[in-house]
Amino acid sequence: MNQPSQNSTKPESDSPGLKQSAPLEETANNDESTNASPKRSLVSGSNFDRSKPDNKNASTMIDVRDVNFYYGDVQALFNVNLTVPEKSVMALIGPSGCGKSTFLRTLNRMNDIIDGTRVEGTIKLENQNIYDPTIDVVALRSRVGMVFQKSTPFPKSIFDNIAFGPRLSGTTSKSKLTEIVERSLQQAALWDEVKDRLSDSAMALSGGQQQRLCIARTLATNPEVILMDEPASALDPASTARIEDLIFELRKQYTIVIVTHNMQQAARVSQYTAFFYQGRLIEVGPTKELFTNPTEKQTEDYITGRFG
Amino acid sequence: MSNNRGEFNSKINSRHRTSKLFELFCLSAVLLALVVLCVLLFSVISKAWGWVDVDFLTSHHSRKPEDAGIKAALWGSLWLILLTGLFSIPIGVGAALYLEEYSRKNRLTTFIQVNLSNLAGVPSIVYGILGLTVFARMFDMFPGEQQSVMTISLLITDLSIPLPFGPTLITGAMTLSLLILPVVIISSQESLRSVPPSLRHASLALGATEWQTIRSQVLPAALPGIATGVILSLSRAIGETAPLLMVGAASFITATPGGIDGMGDILTNPGSLLEVPFSKYTCMPMQIYNWVKFAKVEFQEYVTSAGIVVLLGVLLLMNATAVYIRMRFQNKIQW
Repeated sequence: MNQPSQNSTKPESDSPGLKQSAPLEETANNDESTNASPKRSLVSGSNFDRSKPDNKNASTMIDVRDVNFYYGDVQALFNVNLTVPEKSVMALIGPSGCGKSTFLRTLNRMNDIIDGTRVEGTIKLENQNIYDPTIDVVALRSRVGMVFQKSTPFPKSIFDNIAFGPRLSGTTSKSKLTEIVERSLQQAALWDEVKDRLSDSAMALSGGQQQRLCIARTLATNPEVILMDEPASALDPASTARIEDLIFELRKQYTIVIVTHNMQQAARVSQYTAFFYQGRLIEVGPTKELFTNPTEKQTEDYITGRFG
Repeated sequence: MSNNRGEFNSKINSRHRTSKLFELFCLSAVLLALVVLCVLLFSVISKAWGWVDVDFLTSHHSRKPEDAGIKAALWGSLWLILLTGLFSIPIGVGAALYLEEYSRKNRLTTFIQVNLSNLAGVPSIVYGILGLTVFARMFDMFPGEQQSVMTISLLITDLSIPLPFGPTLITGAMTLSLLILPVVIISSQESLRSVPPSLRHASLALGATEWQTIRSQVLPAALPGIATGVILSLSRAIGETAPLLMVGAASFITATPGGIDGMGDILTNPGSLLEVPFSKYTCMPMQIYNWVKFAKVEFQEYVTSAGIVVLLGVLLLMNATAVYIRMRFQNKIQW
């Protein structure tokens, strides 16, 4: 069992197979005014190596260190430490406004387009800090794709929607584009439904199809990581099930980070789950363990439905 | 309970009456506007009847009312609008794109925004004075009785640019551009703002640059709105008299700008196109304004009306174009 990152404040929590993070002190008292506690920064240095995925061959895809995030003067994320192993699904759960979507958007720097935001700390994508000044945001976003809560097909044909990403980087060959469109739609399990009407407007698709189209569109740019922000929250159960099956399939090739409000969904699709509360990462670990045996009281309260 | 019901319904008749009264008020407002418009159109058209014909469109002004035509003014107006569009569309849409898509909200952009709204409300005569100082006279930087002429040698012909511009088409077009720019910018901003942000986010998240996002997502979606705003602004410009009076549109002129009377002239002498911006000119509102001042009653009554009908006709054509562009592009975007 490989492990996602832990930022344990408890050195004794390193028993094999159970390495949830435990930023206890400052979250236990629910004090919003408490900023990142000095204790945590001390800890992240010493416990950091141990928390790395240590077995299987999975290497770290995303490595988040000491990330603080601000909307103007309001701090939205407090000292988040987390690693995401490659080719796995990590679910981010937590009550509304806990910062999980904000955190997701720091991973492909979509927060950059919001005025007055600021990030501290480092986020490494395959050992490269994506907040390094030399990083090209445009290139980064083609490596880290994103699927939004509300499906956002472009008001163009299905073909043009999928071909949009490859065309951005200068692919014009019709045969190449056709090939990419078919492959992406196949991967997103949408090909059979739309193969006869690729030139129809994407807006005419149903909600679930639109969302799979958006996933296919993301796949067309050949990303390494796919971020999903509640991709199924506006869909009916059948469409949700299809999206979940799709996520399960995509995990074989891609690293996926998914925000969800639906804990059953997190349990169904993810190998790792991170619980956010009030801008802090409370606990992270293998999904099964986090749901059956959470170490933190807040996590337990949340997953048992006592708040949030 | 039943008592409460009764209390609640006791005024129901008067409430319905008030509602009906308001509907009547709105209806009469519409009817009043319609009646005024119809009376206006009827009086103008009935006077112009028999006066608007091909001859009217193709002859120059004459002392005899029955020979007088609007040719110079019609061509002048068309060139004026073309040039005004050439100046104001790239600048206006560019400014709107910068303000909406690139700039971050700060004190400077707020200041610009407030002043755009203020500029949109400035009377047109003020723009006339501005145009006179800046374009027609160029701050008197070129003293002397004689106009200086800057000659640029192009491949087929020489381009002579009078400095300062003086009372030429380019002065008029630049002045009108300044006049409509605030409105063009504001209406373009409005239609850019109506493009859902999710479209931009989706495009950026796929690794598009700002320009690629604007080019392939934002502009196509905003284009119908932008085109409508631009054409309505140009329609306003075509009817303007006051600023052109200031920058010296000619009262009477018997030559079309660049001497171009039709496509044939452009083909046989393409160089004349370059002369157009630096020609003396007049335009339809000016021509109409001058006819009204004539002593002969035929000019005051019939020739004027005929001119107004032509002006209205051009306006209607432009507005129809706006509708057409709007529909065409909306169909192109497959919402």
